[in-house]
Amino acid sequence: MAKITLSKLAHSYLPDPQGEADYALKEMDHIWEDGQAYALLGPSGCGKTTLLNIISGLLTPSNGRVLFDDIDVTQAPTAARNIAQVFQFPVVYDIMSVRKNLAFPLRNRGMDRASINTRVEAIAAMIEMTDVLERKAQALSADAKQKISLGRALVREDVNAILFDEPLTVIDPAMKWALRTQLKSIHAALGHTMIYVTHDQTEALTFADQVVVMFEGRVVQIGTPQELFETPAHTFVGYFIGSPGMNVLDARVEGAFAYIGDEKIALGADYGRPGGKVQIGIRPEFVSLQSQTGMAAKIHRVEDVGRHKIVRAELCGQAVNMIAPEGTEITAEAARIQFKPDAISVFVEDWRLEPGERVQG
Amino acid sequence: MEKTLNQKAWFLVLPVFLLVAFSAVIPLMTVVNYSLQDTFGNNKFFWAGLEWYTELLHSERLWSAFGRQIIFSAIILAIEVPLGVFVALNMPKKGVWASLSLVLMALPLLIPWNVVGTIWQIFGRVDIGLLGHTLAALGIDYNYTRDPLAAWVTIITMDVWHWTSLVALLSYAGLQSIPEAYYQAAKIDQASRWSVFWFIELPKMQGVLMIAILIRFMDSFMIYTEPFVVTGGGPGNATTFLSIDLVKMALGQFDLGPAAAFSLMYFLVVMLVSWVFYTVMTNLDKKAGY
Repeated sequence: MAKITLSKLAHSYLPDPQGEADYALKEMDHIWEDGQAYALLGPSGCGKTTLLNIISGLLTPSNGRVLFDDIDVTQAPTAARNIAQVFQFPVVYDIMSVRKNLAFPLRNRGMDRASINTRVEAIAAMIEMTDVLERKAQALSADAKQKISLGRALVREDVNAILFDEPLTVIDPAMKWALRTQLKSIHAALGHTMIYVTHDQTEALTFADQVVVMFEGRVVQIGTPQELFETPAHTFVGYFIGSPGMNVLDARVEGAFAYIGDEKIALGADYGRPGGKVQIGIRPEFVSLQSQTGMAAKIHRVEDVGRHKIVRAELCGQAVNMIAPEGTEITAEAARIQFKPDAISVFVEDWRLEPGERVQG
Repeated sequence: MEKTLNQKAWFLVLPVFLLVAFSAVIPLMTVVNYSLQDTFGNNKFFWAGLEWYTELLHSERLWSAFGRQIIFSAIILAIEVPLGVFVALNMPKKGVWASLSLVLMALPLLIPWNVVGTIWQIFGRVDIGLLGHTLAALGIDYNYTRDPLAAWVTIITMDVWHWTSLVALLSYAGLQSIPEAYYQAAKIDQASRWSVFWFIELPKMQGVLMIAILIRFMDSFMIYTEPFVVTGGGPGNATTFLSIDLVKMALGQFDLGPAAAFSLMYFLVVMLVSWVFYTVMTNLDKKAGY
């Protein structure tokens, strides 16, 4: 178990990167604290897997350093880093039995037979595969194979970190829940540093203490699920977290008010007069339908998802989604809506602006 | 509604019947016919029953050709399969060099068989051949027209030269289909190079290797042109394989009856072995759960 430090880390797949655009992973500094469970969340192609492979040593970064407990391992091969990793698609050694598969990483490290056996039995119980231990891995289902991969990652007790690269992609939904919960309890029991890559926000939010959101090769925010939800640092985090994502509207901000078209919206705090591309963000949960007061909006569509209704509307030419409680009567095409003032975020050039923080326009 | 019944549709399959009849059934039945009769020329045939079959089954000539054939196929498989796999493992995986090596590997496969035979026939000649002359100059007694061992070495080397590429290319295709994650997982698990080969690469190549072995077995079991061009089956009968012997019997001695019986048994053996291979392969696939 170790603290992992990334120092001025950047990576490009090109031999001679020129501008920032050539980098798959933009320069970053980050510390993964020992024993924490992190989720690395972002859309496909945002550099999550690249970052993971750099930590595990499958890839050598073009710039910067990787430190395990303050020891530089940037140039160290995977084997020397003592890392476990689970991949998106199940990797099992086809001709070995499940038992041999689980024992393989231990045997390669020269552990004695008796200890291997106890350890394998323990892990098999954890992943609930005790009854198929003697079966050949080849004949098992994709679910079971991925469980073996997970088991192989968990079997070594002394690993510095366990990395998961979208490990539940091939698993069917019901099993996903079970495995995720299991992983969480395994984390609580073993206390390994875990980094879990996913593009599924539910997965990230349920698994991790800290979620690292990546976008276009950059870490845009690190925080608890609640922080990501309430105070997104970047419009992308706003869009990406939540269902539907945050409404982000072009606006003009003057002091404690924002203006969209002719509408004047109270912001709950004084933001000064930011220049450049200014937007305000409001989660659909904090947009409410009003009968008398509020801004005039056109309602396009109502989707009833059971627990609540998602209302797709338009405010001054910009799309606004809102969540209305089940049972709300929505009849008219025209309606009045209101934003909850202290739930509004202000973004300048896509980055969050805190009240009191001044940006020169 | 009354359905019209019209049997004329059968005429539509007539072309296929005719084609198959003239290309396969009738020639095969002619051979069966010959194998059961005897002739002294003048197109006069006498019924011989199973006489040729019993005679051939007790013929030392046939059994020794069969033995040589088995040994030949076994040797070339034992060399070409491991060598082909080894070559495939060492071929570059991508880039210009990968394409180049693929082209180079494919070259021997594109050369007509009798040309391959001629190349080696000249290459090995002691008077003018590069190989034969060099060996002679080095003081090594090598002469494939006199020495059975030299003849065997020449023919086996020729076959290896000609066909290892096929095994290599098939294995290469098998290797290329292994996802990168397997190698990464092996690194994470600290697997040795040998473990990677034994537990990842070989199992994944199993399917294509079975096909390679099947193709190479059938081809080598029916080999004719190359040894015929190089040694003509000699010295003595040292390199007379089944098909060379068959042609000698049928066209050299014009023993139509025994030759026909011979070719039918030959055909059955090849089919039997192929069937065994096929069964084993499909069983393996079933076990793999494809």
